[in-house]
Order: sequence, then C-alpha cells, then structure tokens
Amino acid sequence: MCGIAGLFSKSTDVEERLGAHLSAMLSQLADRGPDSAGVALYRDPAPLGSCKVSLFSDDADAPWAHLSAELATELGGGDYEVRASHALFVVAAEPAQVQGWLRERHPELRVMSIGDRIEIYKEAVDPRDFVERFELADVSATHALGHTRMATESRVTTQHSHPFSTGLDLCLVHNGSLSNHNRLRMELRRRGIEFQTDNDTEVAAGYLTWRLSQGDDIETALRACLDDLDGFYTFAVGTADGFAVLRDPIACKPAVMAECDDWVAMASEYRAIAVLPGADEAELWEPEPGRVYSWERAKVA
Amino acid sequence: MGARAGPRVFLGAGEGSVSAAAVESVDLANTSVRDLNQRLHDLESGDPTHWRISNPNGAHALAVGLDAEIEVEIEGHVGYYCAGMNKLATVRVDGNCGTGVAENIMSGSVIVAGDASQSAGASGRGGLLVIRGSASARCGISMKGVDIVVHGSVGHVAGFMAQRGSLVVCGDAGQDLGDSIYETRIYVRGQVASLGADCVEKEMADEHRAELASLLEAGEASFDPGEFRRYGSARRLYNFNVDHAGEY
Repeated sequence: MCGIAGLFSKSTDVEERLGAHLSAMLSQLADRGPDSAGVALYRDPAPLGSCKVSLFSDDADAPWAHLSAELATELGGGDYEVRASHALFVVAAEPAQVQGWLRERHPELRVMSIGDRIEIYKEAVDPRDFVERFELADVSATHALGHTRMATESRVTTQHSHPFSTGLDLCLVHNGSLSNHNRLRMELRRRGIEFQTDNDTEVAAGYLTWRLSQGDDIETALRACLDDLDGFYTFAVGTADGFAVLRDPIACKPAVMAECDDWVAMASEYRAIAVLPGADEAELWEPEPGRVYSWERAKVA
Repeated sequence: MGARAGPRVFLGAGEGSVSAAAVESVDLANTSVRDLNQRLHDLESGDPTHWRISNPNGAHALAVGLDAEIEVEIEGHVGYYCAGMNKLATVRVDGNCGTGVAENIMSGSVIVAGDASQSAGASGRGGLLVIRGSASARCGISMKGVDIVVHGSVGHVAGFMAQRGSLVVCGDAGQDLGDSIYETRIYVRGQVASLGADCVEKEMADEHRAELASLLEAGEASFDPGEFRRYGSARRLYNFNVDHAGEY
C-alpha cells in the first residue's frame, strides 16, 4: 500500500501553517502505511555559501553539540536544531565538501538530505506518532512531501523509510514496488551512484540522481523512468521550487490531485486532501497514467 | 435489470406511516461509517426511505451492502467501494468517487455526479451505474450484467473480461478497450485509443440502437444513439473454441 502526500502553498497563510496541514494529511494516510512515516520540508533557504544538512543518529544521546563545535572549527557555521532523532545543521561550506567531511569523520551519522532548502525527517513509527514526535504542526514551509509506509520488499527501519534524497534539494516518495531494482542498482553503482540500503525506492531515487547528473531536467528524468523502471509506482519528487508527480502506465497505484487559489496538493486518496482548507471547492482530478505533472514557484507566481 | 435480486425488506416509497418527503440526515462528522452502514442494513418497514449523508470527506465503504428500496444521497466526495454490492437502493453521490464505486452491484442504481476512479462497476451483476463525469482505468472490469453509462470518457482497459450487460461511453475510451471481452456490449461515442485482444467493432443494428437509446435515457445522457459505435467480442480466443472443451 503506502500513502503519499504533497502540498505546495500559493498563499502565505498556507505557507505559515504548511506543517500542520501536512500533519493532517499524513494522519489520514496512517492506515495506508503504519510502519513508518517521513517528510521532506522545503523552507528557510541557507545563507549564500552555506548549505542545510539533515542528519539522523540512532543514538538517543547523539552528541549534536559536539558535532556543531567541530563543524564550526573545521568548516564554518554549525548552527543546528534538533528534531527527535534528527538534527538540521547549517554549514558554511559547499555540499560536496560537507558530505566528504561527514563521511570521513562521522560515518555513524546518516545524511538524510542536503541542499539549500530541503529538510528530511523520517522514522519507523506510526505516522500519527511521527507528526507529534517531530512537532511538524508548528513548521512553516513553501512546499513539502510526505509518506506513510507499509513495507513490502525490505525491512522496516528509519533508513528504509521515505522520502529518499536524490541529490541536492531533491527527494522521492513512492507508492508501489519495483521489480528490476537489483539489476538497476548494480548498473547505477558502476556509474558511481551510492546506495545505503537494499530498498527498491532508493534505486529509483538513485536513478533520478544519475539522470539529473547527465543533464536531464526533472521532467525528462521522470519520463525516462517509464522506459527503465519495471514495476508499479506513483512517484512524487520534491525539488527546491516545487514538486512533480508520475504514475506508471498501468496506474495500479492511486493518486488524486487538487488545486485551488491557495494550494496545490496530491495524495494517494482524497480523504488526505479533504482535511485542507477549501478542499470542497478545489478542482479535483486523477493524474493520468504515464504523464508527468509538475509545479514550480516561478510558474505559479 | 437486477431481476434475480429479491427484496429482503419491502419499503415502498409513500407506503406505511413515513411520508415520501421525510429525509433522514446523517452527518459523518459525528457518526462513524460503520454505524451508518449498520443503520442502513437494519432497516425495517416504516423506517425512513430517503437518507442524506453529509461530510463524507473521502471515507471508504459508504452505503455498502444495501438491500432495500431506499434512496441515499451523499453530499460530497467519497472514497473506495461506495455503494458496493448494492441491491434495490438508489445511491446518488454529489461528488467524485474513489476506486470501485458500485463494485459488484446486484440491482438498483448508483448515480455519480462527478468523476469515478478506477474499477467503477467492477464485476457488477445487475442494476445501473451512471457516471456524469469520467471514469479512469478498468471501468466495468469483469462486469456480469450491470449497465454502465459514462457521460464523459473512460481510461485504459475498460470492459476487461466483461461478460454481460452494457457499457456506454459518451466520450472517448482509453487503450485496450474490451480486452478479452465475452458478451458485454460496448457503445462508444468518441475516439477509441485502441481495442484490446479479441475486441472488434460490430454492426449497429436497430436492436442495438433501441437498446442504446433506452440506456441513454436511463442514464440521463442526452446524446443521439446514431453517434455511437458498437464493440464486442470476436469470439476468437482460446476459451471460445469448442475444440478445447474436451481437454478438461
């Protein structure tokens, strides 16, 4: 099963309360995916020359203050905010430099996302507990994606949860299952893409990362999925400026989209959209199979 | 339509002590779906025959398993399997439907004001399903006697393995229409993206025009039957070949 939610604000009211709206959406999708939950929030751009890094530690007493002091001395910046098992750091260095430093000095930490605006939080808990534990109701954001997971093909851990980062400011959530992920993972590894788990969705994320590194834009990269990915999927991809949605050509996995003056939303089911203000009056439709839908701030403004 | 379905409780409109105008309102903001469905299943003679459901908010399994001559209006969008297994009742949805509206309908009518998601009317055995908007993939999959009238278009693989009944599409049909179809008659007014295995266009005879006219009337779709083409089974697949009968 699994549940997907995406919300894109077109008004400051919705932007200020986006975390609360996304929490309500995820709670509606809890019984589609009670194993784990996760979100990618797009908010608070990092200052010029800095980047934001979402880190996960499975150590309940993770020494975040110590890490902050280390980062301040060696790379610059190091301001951080703890959110349950995760911490978001702002580091005054290039993303690649930060990633290299973390890999060498703190291999015990998982980099969940890195970029100018993105923050990924995820945990192997019930979605209703997740939104409480991560205090999402108080968060503002321009747009966000969320996922509730019912695991089918790999373990239930925080690392196996969605969203999966697919590069700077990019992430993927997935409802479905891929059948050619093992072979595709091997091919992508040969091309230099790294994988942290045996999860099928991470392969789709890695595939998008690779296509984008070859110069594709997000829409072209998604269209290429139609040829190269075998299986069932509804994908939602988050970018620095918006999000995109693609369903496989057979369209086994559900998706509903809605748009009104204040927001654009997508979800696995309408009941997750019904909780948004003005849902009754929103234009509502089911995305067609094999067609890429996308929203960007520039296009909407 | 639905001649085999016998009424468990007879609740003729206007009979008994309840006037036809009496409407029982149920607000799903403060009633569970289970309680609503239980009340609809437990109806006895003299109970309300007209129900109005508010705040469905995409809830699943609304008005499922009805077995009485009542009218149920749902004010808003519904989730999966709305009016599934319907017998005798008339269910009107003033909104869109999720997966499997009127799945396995036996008799009665289900009328959707908006769009329906995939598998609308799946495996329906009788009765009438009307979708005033469009239906997405697999509309009428394995239908076994239901009549389906879609005012808009249908997605891919509509009428897959359809066995009996009629599917009327006033707009366009997606890929693989009528794949592996048996005896269902499919009428399409617009374009057909492609026909599925063993589905072919067939002659529109007077009997078909007459059937289509009555279906369009029942479905309140004001189109000229002359604008439609008919599709059905070529009966060339393995299961239609009598020479295979002795293999079992």
